[in-house]
Amino acid sequence: MNAATVTRKPYTPKEAVERLRHGDLGAWPVVGALIAIAVVFGSLNEHFLSPENLTNLALQMAATGTISLGIIMVLLLGEIDLSAGSVSGLCAVVMAILSVRQGWNPILAIVVALAAGALVGLLHGIMFTRLRMPSFVVTLAGLIGWQGLLLYLLGEGGIVNLPFDGFVAKLSDTWLPPWLAWLIVAMLVLVSGGSSLINRRLRLAAELPVPPAWWTAVKIGGLTLVLAGAVLVMSADRGVPLLLVIFGTLVVAFDLVLRHTAFGRWMYAVGGNVEAARRAGISVTRIRVLAFVLSSTLAAFGGILSASRLSAVNQGSGGSDILLMAIAAAVIGGTSLFGGRGRTYAALLGILVIQSITNGMYLLSVDSSVRYMVTAAVLALAVAIDSLARRGSTP
Amino acid sequence: MISAKDVSKRYGAVQALQDVSLDLHPGEVVALVGDNGAGKSTLVKVIAGVIGPDSGGVAIDGEPAHIGDPHDAQRLGISTVYQDLALCENLDVVANLFLGSELRKRSVLSHIRMERSARDLLTSLDVRIRDIRVPVAMLSGGQRQSVAIARALIGEPRLVILDEPTAALGVEQTAQVLDLIRRLRERGLAVLLISHNLADVRAVSDRVVVLRLGRNAGEFRTADATQESIVAAITGAAA
Ligand SMILES: Nc1ncnc2c1ncn2[C@@H]1O[C@H](COP(=O)(O)OP(=O)(O)O)[C@@H](O)[C@H]1O
Ligand SMILES: [Mg+2]
Repeated sequence: MNAATVTRKPYTPKEAVERLRHGDLGAWPVVGALIAIAVVFGSLNEHFLSPENLTNLALQMAATGTISLGIIMVLLLGEIDLSAGSVSGLCAVVMAILSVRQGWNPILAIVVALAAGALVGLLHGIMFTRLRMPSFVVTLAGLIGWQGLLLYLLGEGGIVNLPFDGFVAKLSDTWLPPWLAWLIVAMLVLVSGGSSLINRRLRLAAELPVPPAWWTAVKIGGLTLVLAGAVLVMSADRGVPLLLVIFGTLVVAFDLVLRHTAFGRWMYAVGGNVEAARRAGISVTRIRVLAFVLSSTLAAFGGILSASRLSAVNQGSGGSDILLMAIAAAVIGGTSLFGGRGRTYAALLGILVIQSITNGMYLLSVDSSVRYMVTAAVLALAVAIDSLARRGSTP
Repeated sequence: MISAKDVSKRYGAVQALQDVSLDLHPGEVVALVGDNGAGKSTLVKVIAGVIGPDSGGVAIDGEPAHIGDPHDAQRLGISTVYQDLALCENLDVVANLFLGSELRKRSVLSHIRMERSARDLLTSLDVRIRDIRVPVAMLSGGQRQSVAIARALIGEPRLVILDEPTAALGVEQTAQVLDLIRRLRERGLAVLLISHNLADVRAVSDRVVVLRLGRNAGEFRTADATQESIVAAITGAAA
């Protein structure tokens, strides 16, 4: 057995084009978009690329990004969740009322709010699977209904302020000291590098093809550079925000679950071909209900993070363009609206794109009317690319 | 040996099957032929546990077998490849082969073990796919059909039922799939092949069973039968 037989051969140009035609673009369009955004806004406004603004950006991403992560769970099945914004607002209000008006322990209030989110998702899932209502109708009803419940719960006051020095508000005002940030970077690099190495050894032992060593090295090197760059920039300002670490942890954890457990595999299977999944003995109903539960629970958590940033909940919580931003982020990041394709990193990359565009336009004092139109245009573009890729992949 | 014995099934006014019997031996390819509506799919569904017969049933090595649903059939070693490929186009070959019966340690997928067995299985069937980690959507029709058939072998069945496996394929890819069917026979499996294409049937089967209007209408050793006699049995014209 020589090295050539066990190294996965690189693609010929023809095969590479074929892969592109099938929508297998990976993260490259997003990376291109980010560079373009950095160049354009960076040259229009010198403050855009400053450590302070980039740190703000990291802080702004977490809440909507978490909601987007939940939306990915239903998009993977080829369904949609239009209620995520309202559910995030509702659960944030539940948390605020319990912890402020009722004086509960804030952690307990958060747990109950998350459970409320899970319950909402369970209801959506049951309406979708048992009553066979289209997901878009179920969650459209949810969009209006849960916002109604939010207004009802808030009642006269219409606003609940969270104490600035309370646990919830502190979440978004906690910054990692540099040593801790660097320790986390080192651990991430070590763990991902180590697991690549072990995986390589095991594959070679099983006489399975492995990617060329230089490619693995480039990937680890790239990860190191990106992480180190981010920590350097943010440490030049207030430091790495805890909120970003929480969001990042969720993204990585869900990625591992989707790729390395049978549950995750079945999510992709149901999104790819429901009939095939059913014939393979997979409980399609259970997967669908779980996806809606995950979506609403993550929406609830996103809502809590958002309340933490604002130190308050009000009638506008979870409203405005949050839902559109969350869906746009998922699609821009490469999650297909048609199901079966996408990774959790889409939430991270997509929200980075859309939030930096929004942030840049704020800096340039662009009117909100224009901001809405630009956001919609970016979403439309991402969906167009997704649709074209799908046409390429269906024979 | 797996056999269907005196199977009858009625759909409203239509007697889809009337006392149909069929024997399937290890290492033998049996072709089930008949005109549209002859009852071929209905018979397959009974054997595969998708529907229950009104009377009669399936026997395994002479013992009557209880087949209440497709899982029972699978447990008894009966594996079916349906006409519309039951593959997930977005998943790779390994994931499709093991779909629903993933190898895992606790809840974590054993990627390497699955890929190793997938490779061994495909190699033993002489199915050539350059990279089994790409989505199935990127394979040719013949490769996909081969993956669907290979998938039927994951549970180590005794009988593989193939419903029109070459219907949607071109000449070269049909040849690939027929080769694969021969290899199933070499493995000592019983194969039940449903086909409209008499050329395919004659190329690959050992025995031909003809259904007409829901009844047994003839049985031939492929080597001895002429095309005319098979066609006559299918159409009901006097031979
Ligand atoms: N689910 C069903 N409901 C009613 N009639 C059916 C059903 N399935 C099959 N039939 C009838 O049973 C007969 C046999 O059908 P089938 O087994 O599909 O034939 P073949 O596969 O040989 O073309 C046909 O007359 C068909 O119309
Ligand atoms: Mg049929």
